[in-house]
Amino acid sequence: MAERFTKGMARNMYYGGSFFTFLLLLGLTTDTMLELPKRDHRQNITESVAKGKELWEENNCIGCHSLMGEGAYFAPELANVFDRRGAGDEKMFKSFMSGWMAAQPLQIPERRKMPQFHLSDEEVNDLAEFLIWTSRIDDNEWPPNIEG
Amino acid sequence: MKFASQKVAMPYFIFALMLFAGQILFGLLMGMQYINGDVLNELIPFNVARMVHTNMLIIWLLFGFMGASYFLVPEEADTELFSPLLAKITFWVFAAASVATVLGYLLVPYSELAALTKNHLLPTMGREFLEQPTITKIGIVIVCLSFIFNLGMTVLRGRKTVVNMVLITGLIGMAVFFLFSFYNPKNLVLDKFFWWWVVHLWVEGVWELIMGAILAFVLIKVTGVDREVIEKWLYVIIAMALISGLIGMGHHYFWIGPGEYWLWLGSLFSALEPIPFFMMVMFAFDMVKKRRYQHNNRIATTWALGTAVMAFLGAGVWGFLHTLAPVNYYTHGSQLTAAHGHLAFFGAYAMIVMTIISYAMPIMRGRPQGNSEFAQKLERYAFWTMCLSMAGITLALTVAGAWQVAVQRLPESGQALNFMATQAELNPVFWAREIFGLIFLSGLVAYLASFFVGSPETVKLSNSSLATN
Repeated sequence: MAERFTKGMARNMYYGGSFFTFLLLLGLTTDTMLELPKRDHRQNITESVAKGKELWEENNCIGCHSLMGEGAYFAPELANVFDRRGAGDEKMFKSFMSGWMAAQPLQIPERRKMPQFHLSDEEVNDLAEFLIWTSRIDDNEWPPNIEG
Repeated sequence: MKFASQKVAMPYFIFALMLFAGQILFGLLMGMQYINGDVLNELIPFNVARMVHTNMLIIWLLFGFMGASYFLVPEEADTELFSPLLAKITFWVFAAASVATVLGYLLVPYSELAALTKNHLLPTMGREFLEQPTITKIGIVIVCLSFIFNLGMTVLRGRKTVVNMVLITGLIGMAVFFLFSFYNPKNLVLDKFFWWWVVHLWVEGVWELIMGAILAFVLIKVTGVDREVIEKWLYVIIAMALISGLIGMGHHYFWIGPGEYWLWLGSLFSALEPIPFFMMVMFAFDMVKKRRYQHNNRIATTWALGTAVMAFLGAGVWGFLHTLAPVNYYTHGSQLTAAHGHLAFFGAYAMIVMTIISYAMPIMRGRPQGNSEFAQKLERYAFWTMCLSMAGITLALTVAGAWQVAVQRLPESGQALNFMATQAELNPVFWAREIFGLIFLSGLVAYLASFFVGSPETVKLSNSSLATN
């Protein structure tokens, strides 16, 4: 590097630059926190939705599936599974869910296997509520199509 | 070795490499399950294998960073480590906790592990990469505190070099941002938003400080270039890493709830993220070109150049490939993400740990000028085998990702192929990935073998003919 550019200048660039950028991040985070209630419809997080999220976590669903594109890429995206399998109809989706969860693992040779989680009817209902709630988050219209 | 206490790094490096080997075996199993879902699925379901694969990676890198720090901080500070005993205790606590956690993943269903460890008291489990039971997370915090205290006290009573200060800043940042793993609100959007404060601010933030510091240390040692020059480079590199990376976090906020301006900010700033990695390449090659002597541990120099190049390709180029919002809209959460993840983690973090191991391990074993010629030759073969096969894995996954986007994401609903059908179509590429994985394993075996070949006598002979520095 050119001699005109001294180590002192490099140091200031590091301290000044990262300090300023971190402040900017904090500012943007604050702004996002103020904006989020309009986008995440948190008022609809019922006890059942919260319970569903716990079940989602305690069974490590993210170990195979993605949710809003994050997680593993081994099994289908589930943030829009309500639209895909329930066509936007809650009752239809819930009946799909109870059938689907009970049928696992599907006995199709070589197909990737979803374990049997032995969830109760109420738990399956909670999980469905969580996925329905998730599907209604304003996520800038991702994914591009119904297949996720 | 300048100070006897530097040797506490040894068990950290050895355990790191053991976990590395475990990580690769579970990776190969997952690769098979991608092709045939029946492979060992009842014994080790995919979600368990993946959790073990990624958690082992994180843990072995942490062990590597810790070993690196225990080795280089005393040398830079020009004083013995504050407490070698504490470092040894920390090692055994961390190692025992890691083994117990992995056994927990493997031996009981995850929901039982959650119940067993009382996850409901402070639910933190079941989020990608943060699957560890809450009690393990608390253990990690305690281990980190003890580790940072030990190093901090060492630096306080010794020389405060730029390398040490940057490394310590990176380590403190790592510990601080890890605290966000305890925040798990009922609102998924908030959960995801701050989950990235651990994951992104680690790998695209403070870890780059740690990587930069380790790279600078090794380059000072193997090239003999003036510290002033190296420190100037280090400052500029980490300045660019943080300036681009902090707001670059926005590329994770495109599709998980936050507002639209992140599409612009995330695209713009993360498009700058390759710059620090590109500078690392220029830095490493420039320093080696300007070297004042030829260190006989040539393979350590190769690792230092290699990590810069592979990190630039994996984190820089493959990251940029899908970081712009209009592209990411189609590639988000596809096999392309996996391609980037593999090359970036290997190039930047696995390789920087192997760089410091390659430099420090022979010194700790009484071979200040490196291993015997034969051992270095074997290590060089392992270096190329692992780098090229990882490039192969990345290319295979890139093809898989592009293919997936083409048939599953680009067509309109109704015309697009569904997920499972798409994956079945990708099988040939998944086979290619698995074969490259097996080649990687052979490279790893050669790498591990290089620690055991070459008689000490030959080393002594070649070392005695050289001036030490």
